[in-house]
Amino acid sequence: MSQGKPPDGTPDSQWPLWEVFIQPQYGAPHEHCGSVHAVDAEQALLNARDVYARRNEGMNLWVVPSSAIVGSTPEDVGPFFDPANDKAYRHPQFYKVPRGVKVF
Amino acid sequence: MLPLFLLNLADDRLILGHRLSEWCGHGPILEEDIALANIALDLIGQANLLLELAGAVEGRGRSADALAYFREAVEFRNALIMELPRGDFAFTVARQFLVAVHGMLHLEKLQSSTHADLAGIAAKALKETRYHARHSADWMLKLGDGTPESHRRVQEAVDELWRYTGELFEMDDAERALVAEGIATDREALREPWRAEVSRVLQAATLQVPDDGFMQRGGREGRHTEHLGHLLAEMQIVARSYPGAEW
Amino acid sequence: MQTPHTDDPARVAAFEARIARGEVIEPKDWMPDRYRKQLVRMMSQHAHSEIVGMLPEGNWITRAPSLRRKMSLLAKVQDEAGHGLYIYCGTETLGVDRHELVGDLLSGKAKYSSIFNYPTLTWADVGVIGWFVDGAAIVNQTMLAKASYGPYARAMVRICKEENFHKRQGYESVATLARGTPGQRAMVQDAVNRWWWPSLMMFGPNDKDSPNSAELTRWGVKKKGNDELRQRFVNLTVPQAQAVHLTLPDPALKYNEASGNWEFGQIDWDEFWTVVKGDGPCNRERLAARRKAHEEGAWVRAAAEAHAAKQRASTVAAA
Repeated sequence: MSQGKPPDGTPDSQWPLWEVFIQPQYGAPHEHCGSVHAVDAEQALLNARDVYARRNEGMNLWVVPSSAIVGSTPEDVGPFFDPANDKAYRHPQFYKVPRGVKVF
Repeated sequence: MLPLFLLNLADDRLILGHRLSEWCGHGPILEEDIALANIALDLIGQANLLLELAGAVEGRGRSADALAYFREAVEFRNALIMELPRGDFAFTVARQFLVAVHGMLHLEKLQSSTHADLAGIAAKALKETRYHARHSADWMLKLGDGTPESHRRVQEAVDELWRYTGELFEMDDAERALVAEGIATDREALREPWRAEVSRVLQAATLQVPDDGFMQRGGREGRHTEHLGHLLAEMQIVARSYPGAEW
Repeated sequence: MQTPHTDDPARVAAFEARIARGEVIEPKDWMPDRYRKQLVRMMSQHAHSEIVGMLPEGNWITRAPSLRRKMSLLAKVQDEAGHGLYIYCGTETLGVDRHELVGDLLSGKAKYSSIFNYPTLTWADVGVIGWFVDGAAIVNQTMLAKASYGPYARAMVRICKEENFHKRQGYESVATLARGTPGQRAMVQDAVNRWWWPSLMMFGPNDKDSPNSAELTRWGVKKKGNDELRQRFVNLTVPQAQAVHLTLPDPALKYNEASGNWEFGQIDWDEFWTVVKGDGPCNRERLAARRKAHEEGAWVRAAAEAHAAKQRASTVAAA
């Protein structure tokens, strides 16, 4: 069917995808909350606001083109994360302090 | 005097919010459908507060709903520009832009009204309206400096709407009296900053700023276009079909 | 996408072991081709339902009888656009562009929930839809919030949070009408009569007649069968109807002490399949409205892209 092609012949689209990160409150880190479609950064920001901040969800927004995000792969799980399993000395519980002493 | 002024502020927002709500489910892209509904909700919310205040100030026991649903077209005080049919997306965006810039400048003044309740509503509405102006200005740029078709459509919309903008700066003697009390603000003084901001965006959008020709007027006195009666017939039908009912 | 054409049985076994352990599948994880296809079908159908679902209720936004109802209805229908958007985005993580999904809806290739092919005839329909249709959707979506595919489950969590208000506003509106004037009461009872059976059909065919259910259940997308969910919805809704003195249009409805279930009469599956196949009261109108919006929006989408392209070109030129 005719997909409502614009008259100049360029293919119709739903615009590029952006990832949206919201800071739920001042001082908190931004968290991924979803995606929006937009043609540029200003529109991505406005759309993110309209889609993901309708209920007082946050104080600040980031938008990033989805294509700019680089992620580790499922195959990376072993080499990336397993080696951290046996580094008990990185955790405070590894160290003993005399009973009754408050360290910090 | 004050109730009429409040009705004027309220009706502008109610009627424009109603028009915008007609887009819900029919926007050009999902994100924009959501954005337009947000603006419509802001405007209807502002209208609700202003109608409540108008009813309270009037002192005849009329609620916001009574004022919205049980007045006739000739009792509405909105500017004509608000009631024009929604048109295409260019028309909607252009109207939103012209009205939001005006609303922003107007509310900036009204937030320091000597009438505390009005000042409070204005301060809240100002934040919302700043967003509406930013959203619609972004679209003016995109449509004006987009494709030849979008440029043509939005220029036609601006040209068509221009003759309804004069009314936004009109004041009658009653409103002038409120200005003297510090309740209302001199709308005439908004004209130049409005023109400057509108021109700035239109130029950036490669659009022509129309010349001020004949200006349509009458909404403030209840003399409307034929469109308002149809809008109200639809808006009020259920409420009027069940008199005395609660919803 | 990186999915091989024929799934390696060893990988399928490993995948199914992950599902069995209750692990959540993420977009880049290996998955059987069928799993991906079933998800795209189910998620896009869900997203389309949200979008088409805006139309019957949207029909009453301009006629809502009070400002409060007008705002809550507009906010609700807008939420549906948001929910469609979230689920489309979830579907896009499977490597399909939203443009393609929208095309499948408009061409009639993709399905959406049949409930939205019924007309909204009075204001009371809006309340009853909130109560029944959103109530049914919540039952279904609460289950899907635990689906094995991460992006779908996360979208459902967000949607369930937001939809609670939908059902409540619907039930509140129904309760108000039910204790209102005789005219309001008649209006709401009529709406209940018209929407009850189509709402029960929303859960889909009986499990034995549902071709996709077994596979979706095996892969942890669906955690419960259609009949179990339908029964849950009936059990929740009957006492709500009693509380506001409305009658559900089913003479066979009766409480079974032993099972704790409200037993109900025979669903008219012929009607269900008639509507699914395109001959419901509003199938044509719904698709026509979506196509019109899409076609009338084409120049707008093109303008925005053209503008962005110009801006990028001038940024490059200036650099």
